[in-house]
Amino acid sequence: MNKRLLRLLTPVIVLCGLCAAQDISSFEKRITVKKLDNGLTVLICERPEAPVFAFYTHVDAGSVQDPMGQTGLAHMFEHMAFKGTDKIGTKDYPAEKAALEKVEKAYSAYIYERDKRVGRDEAKIKRLEAEWHAAADAANQYVVPGEFAEIIERNGGEGMNAGTSDDETSYHYSMPENRLQLWAYLESERFLHPVMREFYKERNVVIEERRMRTDSRPIGRLVEQFIAASFSAHPYHRPTVGYMGDLNSFSATDAQKFFDEYYIPSNMVVAVVGDVKAATAMPVIEKYFGRIPSHEKPEEAPTAEPPQNSERTVILHERAQPVYLEGYHRPDYLAKDDAVYDAIADLMSEGRTSRLYRTLVRDKKIASVAAGFTGFPGVKYPHLFAFFAFPLPGHTPQEIADSIHSEIDRLKKEDISDDELKMIKTRAKANLLRGLADNEGLASQLGQSQARYGDWRELFRNVERIDAVTKADIRRVANQIFVPTNRTVGIIDNAAVVAKGGQ
Amino acid sequence: MKRILTTALLISLCVSLAGAQAPWQQIPIPELHKFQPQQPKRVQLPNGMVIFLQEDHELPLVDAVARIRGGSRSETAAKVGLVDLYGEVWRTGGTKIQSGDELDDYLEVRAAKVETDGNADSTTISLSCLKADFDDVFKVFNDLLRTPEFRADKLDIAQKEYFDNISRRNDDAAGIAGREAAKLAYGASNPYVRQAEYATVAAVTPQDLIDWHKQYVVPNNIVFGIVGDFNSAEMEAKLRQAFASWPKGTAAKKPEIQFTSAKPGYYVINKEDVNQSSIRMVALGTTRDNPDYYALEVFNEAFGGGFSSRLFRDIRSAKGLAYSVGGGVGTTFDHPGVVRLSMGTKSTSTIEAIQALFADIDRLSKDPISEDELKRAKDSILNSFVFNFDSPDKVLRERMAYEYYGYPADFLERYRVGIEKVTPADVARVAAKYLHKDQLAVLVVGNTAEFDKPLASLGTVSNVDITIPPPPGGPEAPPTK
Repeated sequence: MNKRLLRLLTPVIVLCGLCAAQDISSFEKRITVKKLDNGLTVLICERPEAPVFAFYTHVDAGSVQDPMGQTGLAHMFEHMAFKGTDKIGTKDYPAEKAALEKVEKAYSAYIYERDKRVGRDEAKIKRLEAEWHAAADAANQYVVPGEFAEIIERNGGEGMNAGTSDDETSYHYSMPENRLQLWAYLESERFLHPVMREFYKERNVVIEERRMRTDSRPIGRLVEQFIAASFSAHPYHRPTVGYMGDLNSFSATDAQKFFDEYYIPSNMVVAVVGDVKAATAMPVIEKYFGRIPSHEKPEEAPTAEPPQNSERTVILHERAQPVYLEGYHRPDYLAKDDAVYDAIADLMSEGRTSRLYRTLVRDKKIASVAAGFTGFPGVKYPHLFAFFAFPLPGHTPQEIADSIHSEIDRLKKEDISDDELKMIKTRAKANLLRGLADNEGLASQLGQSQARYGDWRELFRNVERIDAVTKADIRRVANQIFVPTNRTVGIIDNAAVVAKGGQ
Repeated sequence: MKRILTTALLISLCVSLAGAQAPWQQIPIPELHKFQPQQPKRVQLPNGMVIFLQEDHELPLVDAVARIRGGSRSETAAKVGLVDLYGEVWRTGGTKIQSGDELDDYLEVRAAKVETDGNADSTTISLSCLKADFDDVFKVFNDLLRTPEFRADKLDIAQKEYFDNISRRNDDAAGIAGREAAKLAYGASNPYVRQAEYATVAAVTPQDLIDWHKQYVVPNNIVFGIVGDFNSAEMEAKLRQAFASWPKGTAAKKPEIQFTSAKPGYYVINKEDVNQSSIRMVALGTTRDNPDYYALEVFNEAFGGGFSSRLFRDIRSAKGLAYSVGGGVGTTFDHPGVVRLSMGTKSTSTIEAIQALFADIDRLSKDPISEDELKRAKDSILNSFVFNFDSPDKVLRERMAYEYYGYPADFLERYRVGIEKVTPADVARVAAKYLHKDQLAVLVVGNTAEFDKPLASLGTVSNVDITIPPPPGGPEAPPTK
């Protein structure tokens, strides 16, 4: 009796171990949130462990918002946000501005001729292209190269970077705490007066990024094809980095337009974590970020993905070693069952006790890696719960598929064990805890929760939701979504190439 | 008269220009908050084991790692891969009393980790757990440290994973470039870079793992560090009780290693399924106890470090030739690092990009790193210096590294002073000493048919053969036991 009681109490003890200094109420004391008059949300979390701070700017626009024929534009703008402003990075802004306008005129004349279907004049295209390049060169003489990034680096900026996903764009780095005002100036300025200088050179950089991440990597090629097959209507079917044709077409004017439309204060959350005091920092941040003008949020209604109603398969015949990937449509992150998907991903994939490791890697010895994950390629709209595995030499993608499917059947037919459920819940709490110990991680997590849910507390409530998941929930959700007509399979298969003597 | 007036006007104009600060320069930068990073307590046990204790009460967590001398640079050529396998099976095999699978269950239900790993010059065993579980988890850690059981079925799984790794190693161009460039810099048979093959992995037996453990895992080979929510005095007592009675063993010796860089020139690996060339230029670098280290750090920052470096500005921003470009003269603690310049450019600008990078190297002598570039590089290093010790576990890790490699405990402070003293002349001197266009081995992994010009237009080209030697039992059947 006593022993049983003790066992029952164990998780409670663990829970209390966790709530000492890191539950919602302790963070309440350290977090200040303010919505500025222009609609921009600022979150400050005081963490005076060392004289530094990190920030995370979250913009609620990603590649889903790329206009038709302009895939890659959200990501392109993210690159341009490092190119400076009307004051930073220029020798003479009025002259530069006039020169940049000429670049746009010349580019648009070139594209008009280049993209004519009928009556295209090749000589004229060459001439217009040369005029465009000459205009760009003329504008470049006003550039102070790399000045924006240089100011940040010289002032001790650490981990300067940015990221664009299907759902959102983020900007982040850390600085010594005595540079807070300088940071507030720089970060607000780039969203107040960005200048599309050196645009077409940077576009070439982005094209190289596409070659590196997508074209020249087998997994990159697979993911692009797999995503395109999984979504037929929703913009998730397009690559964030953009298609080559679009990258070679869109203009600085397009990027500026994208910025004007989506980089509005009500779409932005700025989270600052570290050795800052809200009482003194908030007025400084408000002074600078309050300058960003607001306007109406753009109309937003991407086509909803219709039910799949079919099993789809894409096969890449490559010389690279085989890879197996499959995905099932699931609802967006605000859905009631969101935590159930997290629980399933954990159960199937987390560590050596996970079901896929134990079955495919340890027992059947047919894969070197096998896991399931959710949130692919984004979370904001209905997306995929996916599984992937690398088959061991001598084993085929089909064997992998069969084994993953029998694991899925187990999920549908049998309750998971008490220990498994306990592991999922304990891990969720511990993972949250481990993520609270650094400024960068905290800034991104708090900023993201504030942006996605309108409340940073959801970071903690997510764990509570996982804690409420039941065995029946897992069976119910598994039965709902893991069905063949909701499935897309992506495979790299080298059998044909190897048979032809490829390698 | 007119001339004088113009001059006066010019002077006043210059003065007003110099006086007109840019908006960001007008923003005040107050003194940084006073900050004395907390140093860990160092304890050396009579058996030679060194322990560092670092309290951090922010979260109810404890993390620890033991770093043990002896790594893959000491394994025999016939069994390359042994230490990687050891690093995996040490944990998955489990202890005498608990199998690895039982450990998995025991730890995961506590959301705790005990992990092992094998590296070039050391192996490690680490733990991470909630404070409340420390005693339970530390017992697992200690059992694994003292009484591991290298179970044969787990070695079999690890070998199969390794075979899979070998089979996939030529799939990714950037991966090939990194690996083969390191072999060019150090020599293909050098223990830091030599490659595991099906045969060398298959040759490893459970007895090899047992022997390795017996030879190297002794207290006088260990630097142990622990950080988290504990009381140092109590923790020290616990650790002494666990480790003090452990008898001393034979201290690991640092192996004698030859570094024989490949001949300068061009090396190519043809890969038809890419549209971007992965380019690496390499030579032998140096160590951090070299007095040139500080000048090299500044040079690296100015030449190929961040967004403001010459390479980033020229190759990426000005020419749009690459997304990823950078590099410098590599340094490591106890053996020469690698001089490495890297970039990726579309197949059709391969030669153009190589020439652009060469031009940037040439420019170093004609147009050396300027006073302003030097200031920028030093500002960047010194103003971000605080990020080297902005958390107790970073301070601990630094101290452990200095201890492990016999560097002074205040090496970080010496680093700051060393950086401050660097002059433009120092930077010019180390640039000339360590970076020569004609001494680099230039490796290109790419689709040669699409290059803008043949690589041979630049010099003599050697093909690098990356064919994977088939397993002894035939290409379709990697050996299993």
